[in-house]
Amino acid sequence: MGRFVARRLLQMIPVFLGTVTIIFFMTRMLPGDPAAAMWGDKAADPAQLAAFKHRMGLDVSIGQQYLNYMGDLFRGNFGETLAGRKVIDVIGEALPVTVRLALLAFVFELVVGVGIGLLAGLRRGKAFDKVTLVLTLLLISIPVPVLGFIFQNVFAIQLKWITPTVQDSMNLGQLMLPAIVLGSLSLAYVARLTRTSIAENVKSDYMRTAIAKGLPRRKVIGTHLLRNSMIPVVTFLGTDLGALMGGAIVTEGIFNVKGVGNALYHAINLNEGATVSGFVVVLVLVYLAASLIVDLLYAVLDPRIRYA
Amino acid sequence: MRGASQAKWVVAAVAVALAATACGSSSSDGASSGPANAQGTFSYQSSEPQNPLQPANAMEVGGGRVIKNLFKGLVDYDPSNGKLRNQVADKIETTDAQNYTVTLKSGWTFHDGTPVTAQSFVDAWNWSANTKNNQINSDWFSDIQGYDAVHPDKGDPTAETMSGLKVVDDTHFTIALTGPVSYFEYKLGYTAFSPLPKVFYTDPAKYGQSPIGNGPYKFVSWEHNKAITVAAYDKYAGIDKPKNGGIVFKNYAQPEAAYKDLVSDNLDVLDQVDPSDLASYKNDLGDRAVDQPQGAIQNISFSLYQDSWKGQDKAKVRQGLSMAIDRDTITKTVLNGSRQPANTWVAPGAMGYKDNTCGEACTYNPAKAKQLVTEGGGVPGNKITVLYNADGGHKEWVDAVCNSIRQATGVECVGEPKPDFKSARDLIKNKKVDGLMRTGWVQDYPLNANFLRDVYGTGAAANDAGYSSPEFDKLAAEADKATTVEKTAELYQQAEEQLAKDMPAIPLWYYKTTAGYSKNVQNVKYDSFGDPVFTQVEVKQK
Repeated sequence: MGRFVARRLLQMIPVFLGTVTIIFFMTRMLPGDPAAAMWGDKAADPAQLAAFKHRMGLDVSIGQQYLNYMGDLFRGNFGETLAGRKVIDVIGEALPVTVRLALLAFVFELVVGVGIGLLAGLRRGKAFDKVTLVLTLLLISIPVPVLGFIFQNVFAIQLKWITPTVQDSMNLGQLMLPAIVLGSLSLAYVARLTRTSIAENVKSDYMRTAIAKGLPRRKVIGTHLLRNSMIPVVTFLGTDLGALMGGAIVTEGIFNVKGVGNALYHAINLNEGATVSGFVVVLVLVYLAASLIVDLLYAVLDPRIRYA
Repeated sequence: MRGASQAKWVVAAVAVALAATACGSSSSDGASSGPANAQGTFSYQSSEPQNPLQPANAMEVGGGRVIKNLFKGLVDYDPSNGKLRNQVADKIETTDAQNYTVTLKSGWTFHDGTPVTAQSFVDAWNWSANTKNNQINSDWFSDIQGYDAVHPDKGDPTAETMSGLKVVDDTHFTIALTGPVSYFEYKLGYTAFSPLPKVFYTDPAKYGQSPIGNGPYKFVSWEHNKAITVAAYDKYAGIDKPKNGGIVFKNYAQPEAAYKDLVSDNLDVLDQVDPSDLASYKNDLGDRAVDQPQGAIQNISFSLYQDSWKGQDKAKVRQGLSMAIDRDTITKTVLNGSRQPANTWVAPGAMGYKDNTCGEACTYNPAKAKQLVTEGGGVPGNKITVLYNADGGHKEWVDAVCNSIRQATGVECVGEPKPDFKSARDLIKNKKVDGLMRTGWVQDYPLNANFLRDVYGTGAAANDAGYSSPEFDKLAAEADKATTVEKTAELYQQAEEQLAKDMPAIPLWYYKTTAGYSKNVQNVKYDSFGDPVFTQVEVKQK
C-alpha cells in the first residue's frame, strides 16, 4: 500500500510538469498582446509599453519566459496579474468560494444521486425506476445554462425565495441553488450508474448467500450490495470533483459567484497568462489528488483489490 | 484621443446590442417618487479595474467611473447639456488660447483633510506625465510645454517637471501650451487632470489600492473582483454635492446576471442592458427604463486617397450614396432600436451640436440618390465595398446598408469583413482601403471640436478618410484661436457645413444608452458618456 502510494506520487511529477508546460505555451500562444491591450484600441505609448513588458517579464524569448516561470513556480511564486496583484492572492480569494460550491454540489449529487439510484435499482422495472430513467435522461439533455436560467427565473423572479444572484459568495445558504444547478448533470449520471450497478449485483451469488444466512435487509443492502456496487460510481465521482472545481465558469457566471470560474473567465478575457496558468496548476493538483484518492478507495470498497 | 479606435470600448459594451423596441428618446423619472434618504447608499453594475486607482491610470470604465467619483478636477461637464463648469477652478483665463492662468477656489480639501492647492495640481500632472510612472493616460498632457522632456519618445526623461507649468501661489498657477488650443479647458475636465494629495508620493502603488481624492465621494474599501465601496464626503466643496450616502460598485462578470438583479431590486443602477434582455427591458422596467443618445457616432468613411474618389463630382456620388441609406428602417429593424439615426457629424449632447447639419443628404431618398450617383459619374465598376471588423457585431447592419444602397442606386455593394478589430484598423491606419470603411468616434470630451477637428482635420490622427479641405482647416484653425469656447463651438459649426458639401464620411447613427434602475432609487439620469449622474441619484426612504 505504502509503495503504491509512493509510486503514484512519483508518477504525478511528470504529469504535473507536462500539463503545466502545455498550459503555459497554450496561454502564451493566445492571439493578441496583453500589454498592448492595456491601452484598449489606442496606440500604446512605446516607452511605457516596453517598461510594462519588462515588468511582466514579457520582453525575453518565450523559452526564457518558460524557464523563469517554472523557476518561480517551484519557489512558490505564481507571478503577477496585469494590474500588479499577486496571482496567489487572486487564487486565495477565489478558491475557498469554489471549494464550497464544489463540495455542496458534490454532497448533493452523492447523497441524492446514490439514494435515487439505489431505490431505482432495487425496484427495477417498477414505476419509480421508469420515472427515474426518464427524469435523469431529461436532466442530461438540458444544458447547464438553461437549467440555471430556469431556476433563477422560477425561484428568484417568480417565487422570490432567493435573490437571482449570490450576494455573498462565502455564504453556504446562498450557494445552495448554484450548487444544485452545478451538480444536477452529474446527479443524473450518478443515479444511472448506481441503478445499473445495483440492479446487476442484486442478482449475484453473494447476495443470495447473505439473504439465505438470515442477515437483516438493512445489512444486506448497506454492507454487501451498496459497497460492491459503488466502484463505478466512485470512479465517476472522483473525476467529477475535479470537473466541479474548474468547470463552473457558466454556473458562476449566471449566479455571479466570485469563484475560480469567474476569475478564470476574467483572466482569459484580459489574456493574463500568469493568472490562467496559476489556476490551472492548482486545478491539476486537485485532479491528481482526487484520482489518487479514488484508487485508494477501490481497495477499501473491494478487499479483493490490493495494491503492492 | 486618436479616438476612432476607442470605439471598441463602446463596441465591446454595446455593439452586439440586439433587439429592442424602437421608441421615444429621453428617460423619465421614476413614476412613484418618494422622500429621499440622504444617507442611503445604492449599488451600481461595474467591473474590476484593470489598474491601481490612480487618476491618470484608468482608461477602461471599471476604474474610470470610480476615479470620476473620488476625484474632481478644475472643471467638469454639466451632465444635462455638456457645458463646461468650474469646480476647483474659480476661473481659467487666457488671451491667446496658449497661455492660461488658473485661479483656484479656496476651501477645497482632500479626503485626508489637507487643502487642495495649485501645487497639488502641478505636482500631480508632472508625476502623471512622466514616462517612469507608466500612467496609461499620460499623453493627455502632451499639449503642455516641456512634455517631451518628461515623456520623450525614447529613453529616460531629461526633466522631472514640465516647463509649461508654474505655481504662482497657493491658489494660482499658469499653463503654457506648445500651441493655441482653445478648447484646452474642455480637456481639463478629464480625470487625468485631477489633483493629488502629498501622501500620494510616499507610496503611489499602495495609494492606488486605497486612494485619497478630493471628489464628492471618499474611498471606503476595495474587495477585489467583488465590489468597491465609496461614501459621500461631507466636506465636499463642489457644486454637485451628493444627494445620497454612497455607492457600491458591484462587480458582475455577466451583464445578464446584473440585469436579473436589477429587475428584482438587488442592484440599483445598471450600466447597460445586456443584448438578450434588450427586447423586453422596457416592459420589465416601465418608467425606470433609460433610452437616450450617447456621445458616440457610427460612420462609413470613404478612402478619399484613392483616385476613384478624387474630383469635385465625386462629392455628388458620396451624397447620393448617403441618401440611399434608409437609416430609420435599419435602426428600427436590424439594430432593434439600439441606435438613433444620425443627421450630423457631431453626436447630440456635445456642446456645439446643431441638428440636421447633414440635411437632405442624410434623408432617405432613393430617386434623388440614383440621380446624384449618375450625375457624379458613378463608381468604378459600379461596385463598392465596405470594410469592417467581423468581431464587433457589424455584419448585420453593413449588409443592410449595402442592400439599401443596391436597391436605391443599382450600385453593387458588398461588405468586406476582416477577422478582428486590429487587422481592420491596420489597413485603415495605413491608408490601404480600396472602397468604404466602417469608422466610429466616441467623444473624449463633449465638444463639437472633438468630433470634427480630431476626425476631419488635415493630418489628424483619426482622419481615416484622408480628408483634406482648405476651407475646413481654415475654419478649424480660426476656431482653435478663439478665446472663448462658445466662439470655438460656433466656428466649428461652420466647419461642419463644409463636411455636408464634401461628404468625406456618411453619418449613420448615434450610439444609445440603454439602461435602467431599481425601485429603491429615483432621479437617475445619464450623461452623454453613458454614465449615470452618480451624485444626483436619490435613495428612497424605506
